[in-house]
Amino acid sequence: MGSAKTKKRAANAAIYALLIIICILWLIPFVLILLQSLRAEPYSGMSGYILPRIWGLKNYVYLFRETSFPVWYGNTLIIALASALLQTAMVMLTGYGLSRLRFKGRRFLMNAVLVLGMFPGFLTMIILYYVLKSAGMTQSGAVPGLILVYVASSGMGYYVAKGFLDTIPRSLDEAARVDGATKAQIFWRVTMPLSKPIIIYTLLTAFMAPFTDYIFASYIAFGEPSGYNVAVGLYSWLQKDMISSHFTAFCAGGVCVAVPVTLLFLLLQKYYVEGVTGGAVKG
Amino acid sequence: MKNQSTSNSLEYLKYSAPRRFFHKFYLFLRAIPKGLLELLLAIGGFFRGIALYFVRETRDVIDTYKNGDKITRTSFFIMGFSSLARGQILRGILFLAFQIVFILYTALWGWRWIAKLSFRGLETTKVVPGNPIVIGGVEYSENVTVYGDNNLQIMIYGVLSLLFVLCFLYTWRVNVRQSKLSQELLAQGKRPKRAKDDLRAALDSQFHKTVLALPTLGILFFTVIPIIIMVMVAFTNYDANHTPPSNLFHWVGLDNFNQIFTWTSEGGSRAFSATFGEILTWTLIWAFFATFSNYFLGMLVAMMINKKGIRLKKLWRTILVLTIAVPQFISLLYVSKLFADEGLINRFLLEAGWIKQAIPFWTDATLARVMVILVNIWVGIPYQMLITTGVLMNIPADLYESARIDGARPFQQYVKITLPYMLFVTGPYLLTNFIGNMNNFNVIYLLTGGAPYTQPYAGAGKTDLLITWLYRLTVTNNDYKRAAVIGIMVFLVVAVISLIVYNLMPSIKSEEEFQ
Repeated sequence: MGSAKTKKRAANAAIYALLIIICILWLIPFVLILLQSLRAEPYSGMSGYILPRIWGLKNYVYLFRETSFPVWYGNTLIIALASALLQTAMVMLTGYGLSRLRFKGRRFLMNAVLVLGMFPGFLTMIILYYVLKSAGMTQSGAVPGLILVYVASSGMGYYVAKGFLDTIPRSLDEAARVDGATKAQIFWRVTMPLSKPIIIYTLLTAFMAPFTDYIFASYIAFGEPSGYNVAVGLYSWLQKDMISSHFTAFCAGGVCVAVPVTLLFLLLQKYYVEGVTGGAVKG
Repeated sequence: MKNQSTSNSLEYLKYSAPRRFFHKFYLFLRAIPKGLLELLLAIGGFFRGIALYFVRETRDVIDTYKNGDKITRTSFFIMGFSSLARGQILRGILFLAFQIVFILYTALWGWRWIAKLSFRGLETTKVVPGNPIVIGGVEYSENVTVYGDNNLQIMIYGVLSLLFVLCFLYTWRVNVRQSKLSQELLAQGKRPKRAKDDLRAALDSQFHKTVLALPTLGILFFTVIPIIIMVMVAFTNYDANHTPPSNLFHWVGLDNFNQIFTWTSEGGSRAFSATFGEILTWTLIWAFFATFSNYFLGMLVAMMINKKGIRLKKLWRTILVLTIAVPQFISLLYVSKLFADEGLINRFLLEAGWIKQAIPFWTDATLARVMVILVNIWVGIPYQMLITTGVLMNIPADLYESARIDGARPFQQYVKITLPYMLFVTGPYLLTNFIGNMNNFNVIYLLTGGAPYTQPYAGAGKTDLLITWLYRLTVTNNDYKRAAVIGIMVFLVVAVISLIVYNLMPSIKSEEEFQ
């Protein structure tokens, strides 16, 4: 009995050790970014040491005083807010229509979206660029253009929302139906109030996506810094001719982007976890 | 037939674990021809369905005309006439207005765009001398650019015009059907629907149309039509040398596809096909390792955190989830620079005197490939941990209880209970994850950008996936025709894999059924 207990304790100790190592490995890059961003030395390229030789907020001051970073940040925030709201509306409408309404052509629509999803997402980049350019929504007008691109096809990402809506008992709809409610009333008064977790999940993921998007953002805002989002802007600082003077500024910018997004994420973590696990289990 | 399958699955249960794996792999390979056959049959069935639909509709239109009264027959030519004459004012006005708009548009512009789709006899953009201006006795002549046709514009407007024609035909068909319907209703002494009824229906019996109209239109204009145009581009010679409006491109048939599959060395096409083969292979290898390394390691981490007796579960989980929250472009770009030749790790090791030369993390092809898979594990484990945790919690505890009573060791419990249950529940997720990894742009592009660029075809790199190659062909090389071909190939590969796996899945399921 005693040996079994020691064995178990040893196993647990090993697991604790592994978990601690894993956590350190996973956190190290972020600690390094933070430390690099606090380097206040005259040389602001990549370094071979971990702790700053001179500590200071020089990079942050530089970031907000002398670069376009505030503009990029503003662009990203506008895009993120607008596309979070509009995308959520699109996704909920699609998810609701395909989950809780039965009509001719429903299967066809779902299969069509499935097949369309098999094309690589930015195959159509040049076409969209051409169309947006003729509408004046590229380069310095990239913000509305990007919102349009993000929102227009967002109905295709209805799967997680549908998976959630499928789990709401149909008897609720039928009860409301008996009471004389129209389908629109059921949508607003029965289903939507019950869908709070999935609405928050969709809002959160849609809000975070523009912070990471590099592909479309760089193509649509091509060569015009006033139309960049943070990803494109900061990426440009790591190119050969910029990196030796902007590496620490990149790190500072990274911290400025990551901190608010991470806080928001941790605050709504519960909903995110529910959405991710639910979506995976239903496939 | 049924008996046979039962005996097969009993046989299967007797296999050892590695043999089961090979058995499953064998089933997978065996399913490939069947999957392809079913794909062809499905495509055939699709076209047969369309043909039948047209036959049925045509017959109904002819019947409607034969049995129709004067009003119904008139609305064959003047859309909405029946609606207007039978009290459906709003519908009638909309039908009529649509017809007028359609005729005007097609007559004035539409037919010209459609005709130009052949790309024959287009005007090129020219620079001609403008009117001479005399300033202070000296004659200046400024050159003026006269813009001609633009292929891309023609494609967009041409496809839109064709779509408009289809849309008109469909509306005309609806108009005919409604004429028939209201004629029948009136004959029965009932009243056809008015505008008020239509509005009520939009919120009730037809609510699906209201809800799905906007998303469907968005998908149509921003996904379907662009994809159609890009598929068309794959059959043209649209590249850096043929960029409208200064240089027009034209149709070349299957030339671009031939370049991928032929091994003749004409105009560097051999380099292209060789590169395509290599990148496709690497894409599949990458997707395999990226998916399964994350899957099993993520499961391991989740099981460690969830093990009975381990404390601070929430803390471990939060730390890992934290790394999902940080936007990928920050973490991945930083990690990429961390391992660069001039990066922190190499410099640190050099300054400490532990190595003589920088370790070529991103410049050696093999090392770079291993590195992207390792970093992808770093990126992916938190997601996988979350998903696995959700599934693990759902495994009935009494399964483990009875296994323990039977004397099963933890590893046996894992192989006999946890793993089959996980595979059973997350089967479809594994498939989407595999496909997602095939198209995993961010990890590759932000880490290596595809480098080292040592593929035979210029500009392609050893860590490039098809998707990152497509991106760079578009952005850097302006090689749109090849980008379009690669896009279509990605689609085909994804479609075939999905079909095979979906067809295979029921068999996996029946083998791993849980009671």
